[in-house]
Amino acid sequence: MSELLPQVQVNAFRAKAAAIEHPHELIVDALRAVQAHHGWVPDAGVDLVAELLGVLPVEVEEIATFYDKIFRRPVGKRVIHVCDSICCWADGGDAIAAHLQKVLGIGFGETTSDGMFTLLPTCCLGACGEAPAMMIGLTTFGTLTPEKIDAILDGYRNEA
Amino acid sequence: MNNYPQILFKNRRPGATAFLAEYEAGGGYQGLRAALKMAPQEVREQVKAANLRGRGGAGFPTGLKWSFFPTDQPGEKYLLANGDEMEPGTYKDHQLLLADPHQLVEGMAIAAYAMQIPVGYVFLRYAYETCAQNVERAIAEATGKGYLGRDILGSRFGFELHVHRSAGRYILGEETALINGLEGRRPNPRSKPPFPAQFGLFGKPTNVNNVETFANVPHIFTGGAEWYRSLARTPEGAGTLLVGLSGHLERTECFELPMGIPLREVVEQCGGGVRGRRTFKACLPGGASTPFLTAAQLDTPLDHVHMEQAGSRLGTAGITVFDETTCMVAATLNLARFFARESCGWCTPCRDGLPMVVWLLEEIEAGRGSQELLDMFRDQVKNISGRSFCALAEGAMGPVGSLLTKFGDELEDHVKRGRCPIS
Ligand SMILES: Cc1cc2nc3c(=O)[nH]c(=O)nc-3n(C[C@H](O)[C@H](O)[C@H](O)COP(=O)(O)O)c2cc1C
Ligand code: SF4
Repeated sequence: MSELLPQVQVNAFRAKAAAIEHPHELIVDALRAVQAHHGWVPDAGVDLVAELLGVLPVEVEEIATFYDKIFRRPVGKRVIHVCDSICCWADGGDAIAAHLQKVLGIGFGETTSDGMFTLLPTCCLGACGEAPAMMIGLTTFGTLTPEKIDAILDGYRNEA
Repeated sequence: MNNYPQILFKNRRPGATAFLAEYEAGGGYQGLRAALKMAPQEVREQVKAANLRGRGGAGFPTGLKWSFFPTDQPGEKYLLANGDEMEPGTYKDHQLLLADPHQLVEGMAIAAYAMQIPVGYVFLRYAYETCAQNVERAIAEATGKGYLGRDILGSRFGFELHVHRSAGRYILGEETALINGLEGRRPNPRSKPPFPAQFGLFGKPTNVNNVETFANVPHIFTGGAEWYRSLARTPEGAGTLLVGLSGHLERTECFELPMGIPLREVVEQCGGGVRGRRTFKACLPGGASTPFLTAAQLDTPLDHVHMEQAGSRLGTAGITVFDETTCMVAATLNLARFFARESCGWCTPCRDGLPMVVWLLEEIEAGRGSQELLDMFRDQVKNISGRSFCALAEGAMGPVGSLLTKFGDELEDHVKRGRCPIS
């Protein structure tokens, strides 16, 4: 169990769910917590959330599969979301996406063989003044150029 | 360029966030103090008199919305701030919460008092983690000072505020989908009626406003309704507007500008004109769901009434500019793909119609168009418009429909030449 969620959080969710009238409202929080700890949400994660909150697994699953920032399949250590909406498109977003695919050697929806990066498209990141933009984890990077991307990726590679 | 009165961005400094001390030093929470001395109904009347209109896209008059709320109904009621902000071209709530999060908290406290609501949530999109942390800190600071919590400033009125972090998807911005999202249900929209004011979060009366809408509220109580209205350049408008610029401009930043400022002034003065001395071809004046405006319409004042007269909408006031090298079919294709991908799948015109629109635009852009496909395209636009369950697909038809009305020649040209004439 600790692989999916640290015991303190297991206890916290259980206690909170018992104390409130509508435990369903914690489903998104709990899924995000599992993902933050485990990287993605496996079937066992869905079951765990259901059990902690006292709701049905299917009620968790219909949430988990709706949101695009909840991953129901394994992802790399870092997930790169690159914006493909209109402002980034107008500012060379296609070239940025192509550069990312080239330097990572993967297409959208794929993970690098070293398990480091997963590349996904996303809609507008709310960084339209700094297009083109991408988000890695919860950090947004704007005014991207190929050189800037290379430096950012190196930073993450050297981190671990 | 710097002479526009700064109300919402008064405390904005590059790379910094104004928290409680700075906010109070700039007159923060004086609006709440003033409002608490009035009766709730007077507060609602003052917002009405200020002619504040929602900044979330639909532009509904805020005071009117509040006056429909069952204020006197006892028991649970909810106040929600909509910070989903996933409409492409829109980033003003982001800038606001990075700069000065207490305005949202104060505005919500006043709104809660006006409608006698005890509990509120600030709903924030996944990508705005920094904003979520800023708002959490602002809530903690405000609670510590008695601006939130039980018995606010000795008024016997109590209001508590929470933050909800979402996990992606544009449809969560639609207010009934947002309510489902907060409840932890699958966030498809709900049918209206019943409206949230009657049957909202957990089945209780609920009022939803945009983040920027709430941020305007304190200023209506420090400056007064008349002063607030006078901030606008046109009698139809009121107050200021956070305008996020993007696309092919020299300066793509977010500015606070008087409502009613002509589009041309925004593009040329604030945006520094079209980048690289190219010419202006078109813009989305208020986010991805607003019909395109052309160069001939640059003198339109940025207020709800004039933008509608021009055949578009003020929307979220996120302005995306396209220069003459832009293929409008390709631009519309990008927009249509966004809406098709973000469709929640609930109703057929949107779930099946939007992918059809995408396919048709792909064919036409790739030079495989025909009169038959053009007819199908017109047919889709006609049949999706007004037939979807929520306003997402209707919004998609904004730019798509204006491709037909404003750039019909360019569309036909793709078909006649069997290739894109521009790119
Ligand atoms: C598909 C869709 C997405 C929306 N996204 C947002 C949003 O991100 N933020 C927002 O404030 N309103 C959004 N709205 C509008 C809301 O439904 C609602 O009208 C608004 O939050 C009301 O606040 P206001 O009156 O202060 O503008 C969206 C509507 C639709 C149909
Ligand atoms: S219009 Fe689209 S987003 Fe709205 S309910 Fe229908 S399928 Fe869902």
